Amino acid sequence: MSFIVDYYNYWIVVFLMMAGFYIVISANNLVKKIVGLNIFQTSVFMMYISIGKVQGGSAPIVADGITSYSNPLPHVLILTAIVVGVATTAVGLALVVRIKRAYGTVEENEFEDKDALI
Amino acid sequence: MFEQHFPVLPIILPLIAAPLCMLLGRSQLAWLLATIVSGISFCMAAALLVMTLDQGVLSYALGGWEAPWGIEMRLDVANALVLSVVTGISTLVLVYAKASVAKEIPVNQHTLFYTAHLMCLAGLSGILTTGDAFNLFVFLEISSLATYTLVSLASDRRALTAAFRYLVMGTIGATFILIGVGMMYMKTGTLNMLDLAALIGEYDYNRTLNTGLAFILIGVCIKLALFPLHMWLPPAYTHAPSAVSAFLASTATKVAVYVMIRFIFTIYGAEYVFYRMGMDVILLVLAIVAIFNCSYVATVQSNVKTMLAYSSVAQIGYMILGISLVTAAGLMAGLLHIFNHALMKGALFMAVGAVFYRTGSVDIKAFRGLGKTMPWTMAAFTIAGLSIIGVPLTAGFVSKWYLVTAALEQQHWVIAFLVLIGSLLAVVYIGRILEAAYFKEAVEPVSEKTIKEAPLMMLVPMWILVLANIYFGIDTSLSVTAADAAANWLFEPGAQSAAQAVSQTSAQAASEMGAAR
Repeated sequence: MSFIVDYYNYWIVVFLMMAGFYIVISANNLVKKIVGLNIFQTSVFMMYISIGKVQGGSAPIVADGITSYSNPLPHVLILTAIVVGVATTAVGLALVVRIKRAYGTVEENEFEDKDALI
Repeated sequence: MFEQHFPVLPIILPLIAAPLCMLLGRSQLAWLLATIVSGISFCMAAALLVMTLDQGVLSYALGGWEAPWGIEMRLDVANALVLSVVTGISTLVLVYAKASVAKEIPVNQHTLFYTAHLMCLAGLSGILTTGDAFNLFVFLEISSLATYTLVSLASDRRALTAAFRYLVMGTIGATFILIGVGMMYMKTGTLNMLDLAALIGEYDYNRTLNTGLAFILIGVCIKLALFPLHMWLPPAYTHAPSAVSAFLASTATKVAVYVMIRFIFTIYGAEYVFYRMGMDVILLVLAIVAIFNCSYVATVQSNVKTMLAYSSVAQIGYMILGISLVTAAGLMAGLLHIFNHALMKGALFMAVGAVFYRTGSVDIKAFRGLGKTMPWTMAAFTIAGLSIIGVPLTAGFVSKWYLVTAALEQQHWVIAFLVLIGSLLAVVYIGRILEAAYFKEAVEPVSEKTIKEAPLMMLVPMWILVLANIYFGIDTSLSVTAADAAANWLFEPGAQSAAQAVSQTSAQAASEMGAAR
């Protein structure tokens, strides 16, 4: 039992990762696929932030009486990864807009009927 | 004077030039700027290759912060070799792109094309030069995002769905790499590749590191389109504009193969990945299945670009096969094939793009009778096709020769035999095009719309690549020496961390400049 409770943050990460991945694979709507991709990426952000936490550590700010800090590096790294994720979402949604204009639909099975990809 | 900054400039220059391209707004100016910047990057990459062959490793501390705390740009022979291929192909493709892009992309999107091309080049150079695992992920995403944009620029609406599929697969791959890097950081607390290599040796058989390796390898395999994970590649290459297909087919997947080599040999170490985790068997089987399955699928395609795309997946199989032999000779054959395949696939896609420019189709029917109407283009296609098959006196022969030799050295008779059988399949799919071009009459009478030879601006870069194919098929001293040096360097355990890097920090440069003042 303690194995589950102690590592609850990692369980959340795994749950989100699987949920996001499942949405990407199963969703028929392209916007939902992008949402799934976002959930999948967010789980990784949470994993990194979990790594950086030091038990009993404070935020990495210089102040009197604080000796133990959380590791700021994973936060900084994930800030970059969040930007990458936002950029991916933007490109993906832009593509969805253009697919909607070209095909008149964002449902995958509907435009696959109109054009075979290969 | 700028020599100490050479490692970082092939990233910085395209990165600065990309927004400038956007601001210029005019197609001609944007093309000129992109070509010049790419050309300068190529000159620097060539200089770096000479420098690394001469003095070993170059290390550049970005912003003057010394590694392992700061971000390090680290160049050895392996990445200098791939870097010069990437920047060289980029320059040739840009020269070629002027006519091709004018035909295939709406005028108001021309500057966007050149901007995205430069961003992609900056990302690829970044992947190749960086010595930091997390930076590698960021540059991978920069180049990938630019690639999705490039693919979607084609006027065919199927390009959009192909780009979307590529985006979904590419993002999953990159996120897997990010998870893997996170797991390495979780255990070791460092992101510098050399530091990682040293620390991973201490944590033997750690489950976190093993899981990280699995995530990274799957992610990289999606990016490099190894057999079962290649489904994004054929649509993307088929529907992208010709210039983009030529550029991506000869650089993007090659860089991903390099990333795999870097993670396996520099960070985890060949012994850890192959002997303890048993990855060599998995990669070997997948590579052989890739060679046969995708070569076979290529033989039945009627769209020539799809055919070349499947052939690319098969050729990636040869590179992975070389790596999975776990010898310096095999790794060297893999590296050599990265170099040679870039030359031949670039030339082939350029020739197909020239055919599309004149006939408006890439279907195999459009190739009928082209041997007479477009003799130079088809001659280029023939020679590059022979190179894919591996006919002597072409670059393809050299890499296949070393691959077969490496397999025989290990007594893997079956593998050597399979490589040769795979080449026969290449004879079939290249032969179908040549038959249509030289031995069949054009479908419609040529008199109505005369098909002329492709413009000179497209022929020149194509023929430079073709001549390079022949040159590196005859005089192998440069390519083989570089690949050999790189493979021995990567393979020797401990050599990379023990070597004293020629430190070239920007702080050092700044103090020199201050003294000069």
